[in-house]
Amino acid sequence: MSVNRPFTRAQRATIVNGMLAFVMMLVVLQLWLLTATMNAYLGGDRAVIWPAAVASLACLLLNVGLLRYLYRIERTRR
Amino acid sequence: MADHEQEPLDIRIDSPGREGLTGTTPANIYRPLEDAEQVTIAPNGRPMDEQPAWRTDFPIDWPQDHYVERRDFMKFMVLTSLAFTVGQFWIAAQNWWRARRGQTELVRLASVTELPLGTARTFAYPTEHDPCILVRTGERTFVAYSQKCTHLSCAVVPDVGEGVIRCPCHDGVFDLASGRPIAGPPRRPLSQVQFRIRGDEIFAAGIEERTV
Repeated sequence: MSVNRPFTRAQRATIVNGMLAFVMMLVVLQLWLLTATMNAYLGGDRAVIWPAAVASLACLLLNVGLLRYLYRIERTRR
Repeated sequence: MADHEQEPLDIRIDSPGREGLTGTTPANIYRPLEDAEQVTIAPNGRPMDEQPAWRTDFPIDWPQDHYVERRDFMKFMVLTSLAFTVGQFWIAAQNWWRARRGQTELVRLASVTELPLGTARTFAYPTEHDPCILVRTGERTFVAYSQKCTHLSCAVVPDVGEGVIRCPCHDGVFDLASGRPIAGPPRRPLSQVQFRIRGDEIFAAGIEERTV
């Protein structure tokens, strides 16, 4: 049984706040990854470069997925 | 609205799969709720759902404006996330490019006889912008490091008698034998130049950057 009722504005505001908090955490994690990787790379430690790049890409995909979900709930509203 | 009024709410009571579930109604038979909080009226008088996107992006009422600004901030954060990922892959590409270039060729530094015991000489390796030092610490023992201090890239000076390498800018001190920091602000060891002694000649054969 699917519920086709669109979200009310108050519900969408709550959703976007929650998603924003999650996205902020992921972006801070990416910033830390970038600085730590740069530090390691300049110090000659190359083992962490690709795992960190993959982790950063995973964070980006999560963020893009959340943004797509936001667009989707906006479309269902119209 | 007309369709909703024509059919009773409980049309599916005792329908297959819903036996005994009296008094309940599937949510999808309800008419979608109107957004009662929508107070903005566009100049052309038509509902907001029929307005162009640019008009819905500039709402008049505060709650909608708060929603739109959070949504736009989230878009900006995702763009920032993309930038961080690009930076991460830029580092990986740099690493791949360096590895692809392979080992640098042997470069002659000096002959053993040119360097008396306890003395040092400078040279540039692997490029002319990378100053390095070669120190003779024993009869057949040499050490070679990058001359750039790992704190703020000042030129370091070997003190063979004390067995240390000093950075005059901020009093950083490195161990002469290993290149590791032992005092002052530097936290990382000096980059080590790998060298080979062939007969009487000393050749640089690579550089090793270290974190510990």
